[in-house]
Amino acid sequence: MTRFFAWTAFLLGVLFFVLPLVGMTEFSLKMRRGEYSFDAYRRVFEDQRFWDTFSYSLILAGATIVFGVLLVVPTAYWVRLKLPQARPVIEFITLLPLVIPAIVIVFGYIRLYNTSSVLPLTGSALGTDFLLTMGYATLALPYMYRAVDTGLRTIDVATLTEAAQSLGAGWITILARIILPNVLVAVLSGAFLTLAIVIGEFTMAALLNRPAFGPFMQLLGANRAYEPPALAVIAFAITWGCMGLIQLVTRFSKHERAKV
Amino acid sequence: MAFLDLTNLEKVFGTNRVVKDFSLGVDKGEFVSLLGPSGCGKTTVLRMVAGFETPTSGSIRIDGQDVTDQRTNQRAIGMMFQAYALFPNMTVADNVAFGLKVKGVPRAEREARVIEMLQLIGLPDLASRFPFQLSGGQQQRVALARALAPQPRVLLLDEPLSALDAKVRVSLRNEIREIQRELGITTIFVTHDQEEAMSISDRIVVMNGGIAEQAGAPFEIYNNPRTRFVAGFVGTLNMFTAMVEDAERGLITVAGQRIALATGAIEARNGETVNLALRPEAIRLGRAVSCEVVLPATIEAVHFLGSVIRVRARVAGTVVALDTFNRPDQPPPPLGSTAEISFAASDVILLPA
Ligand SMILES: Nc1ncnc2c1ncn2[C@@H]1O[C@H](COP(=O)(O)OP(=O)(O)O)[C@@H](O)[C@H]1O
Ligand SMILES: [Mg+2]
Repeated sequence: MTRFFAWTAFLLGVLFFVLPLVGMTEFSLKMRRGEYSFDAYRRVFEDQRFWDTFSYSLILAGATIVFGVLLVVPTAYWVRLKLPQARPVIEFITLLPLVIPAIVIVFGYIRLYNTSSVLPLTGSALGTDFLLTMGYATLALPYMYRAVDTGLRTIDVATLTEAAQSLGAGWITILARIILPNVLVAVLSGAFLTLAIVIGEFTMAALLNRPAFGPFMQLLGANRAYEPPALAVIAFAITWGCMGLIQLVTRFSKHERAKV
Repeated sequence: MAFLDLTNLEKVFGTNRVVKDFSLGVDKGEFVSLLGPSGCGKTTVLRMVAGFETPTSGSIRIDGQDVTDQRTNQRAIGMMFQAYALFPNMTVADNVAFGLKVKGVPRAEREARVIEMLQLIGLPDLASRFPFQLSGGQQQRVALARALAPQPRVLLLDEPLSALDAKVRVSLRNEIREIQRELGITTIFVTHDQEEAMSISDRIVVMNGGIAEQAGAPFEIYNNPRTRFVAGFVGTLNMFTAMVEDAERGLITVAGQRIALATGAIEARNGETVNLALRPEAIRLGRAVSCEVVLPATIEAVHFLGSVIRVRARVAGTVVALDTFNRPDQPPPPLGSTAEISFAASDVILLPA
């Protein structure tokens, strides 16, 4: 009986999740009257703005991931190693971006770094890109920190550190050769979430007026009928592609299999 | 001056003085064990030598060089931990090569050294395995190879065998000792297992409450323990209380029996009570030749251990353990029977009360 309810709940969940996807995909194929076609997709791919905004967001996502990893891995490592009593505080801080709306952050940025401020970052495109990257890193922080911290839990951080130190290693070597490789899968899942956030983010990019993928999707959605669902399906495919890649990497790093 | 010199080391955590005035000199190539119950500060001493803890006061010198304020990664020490500490993301060969890589040893030399080390620990075929594919004993062997590969000045071992099962523990400890002898590396070995310490050490430091109670060769520690704690912690001990009859001539009485101590004069006052200690193997069942002290006893328990039979007998109000060798023509005495035990006055260990 409990099995029956479990299966029912599961099926309902699947329907809830899959039906909109199916509907959306179906609709995206109906651009040509009376038959299914990929016309909407072709239109999207032919649009130069798609490629421009998508590659812009991809580059910023890459920068965000690099910055996030460089910030979060050493921090989470240090907290675990030297300040275990500070963990609740750090966890609280990393959760703040979830409760503070992106719009608050971006208005804060604009007030602090506007052209008449001491640090006029919004004055140049590059400066604004930098600000946007920092904003993205903030948004991704809860996910990145949690992923890395969970990864660190699977290894004996203190003993491995001491073993490396006794063999002559300094902090950089320890982080690069021992800590990072051992949390790589966690870092990758954090990176993937960061990518998903950056690709879909609208508020910050729009308010800082940068040509990102989010504002483009919004623009397309406001003006067209068939292209937006096609775009959504494309975004979905990219997401699933990333997940597949993570699986593949996990498969290839042999030592990770020991933990499963 | 010894190769490794610990001088008046003190370590305080908060208000807890964990190591108190600890001094020790270890000669080059010597194998010294720190032995003591859990929580007595052994690991803390070792961690100060490794540089993981800074002494509250005192100094550490290696080969004449003061390393007290040096960081771990500059001390050129090798360390083996209680927990399995191989790098999980690296193969056995990469683990062993790690210290060499950090040192900047060229690749060809590194590879040759890794092969040499794996041969030394008897695992030449496991170079490409990952740690999770190894047994506990194999992991600790690799950990030893990894620690030794960069040719450290001092090898530090913190209960490296305690996570292993009994059989592996014994064979690996002998192997560690053989390798240590072969390389002639100065070694400090921490353990709470007195048998382990005695079987492989040149010298043992018995610790209690952060203090070094006694240091000496295993033979010396076992046969001439200086404190009651050392006597009790190292091996089994039978204690009697005795009355001093004539301190100057070394005469005491136990259960009405007069014993003339081999040491002669003792530092006690006449009429005072003192503690006598006897090892199980010093007490014989029955009257043995050269055992001038004979006491009546009641047999309370007999444990047949194979080559040795351990008998518990009640003597002069206390229960003593005594060991006899098994002999096929001499079955052990029945329980509850009365017997005599005997021992030589020269085997008596006199302890401060
Ligand atoms: N980092 C530390 N902070 C506070 N107390 C400690 C620390 N390390 C060890 N101690 C305390 O010091 C004492 C000795 O510990 P340790 O050297 O590990 O003993 P052993 O290795 O002989 O079992 C213990 O009471 C332990 O609780
Ligand atoms: Mg310990």
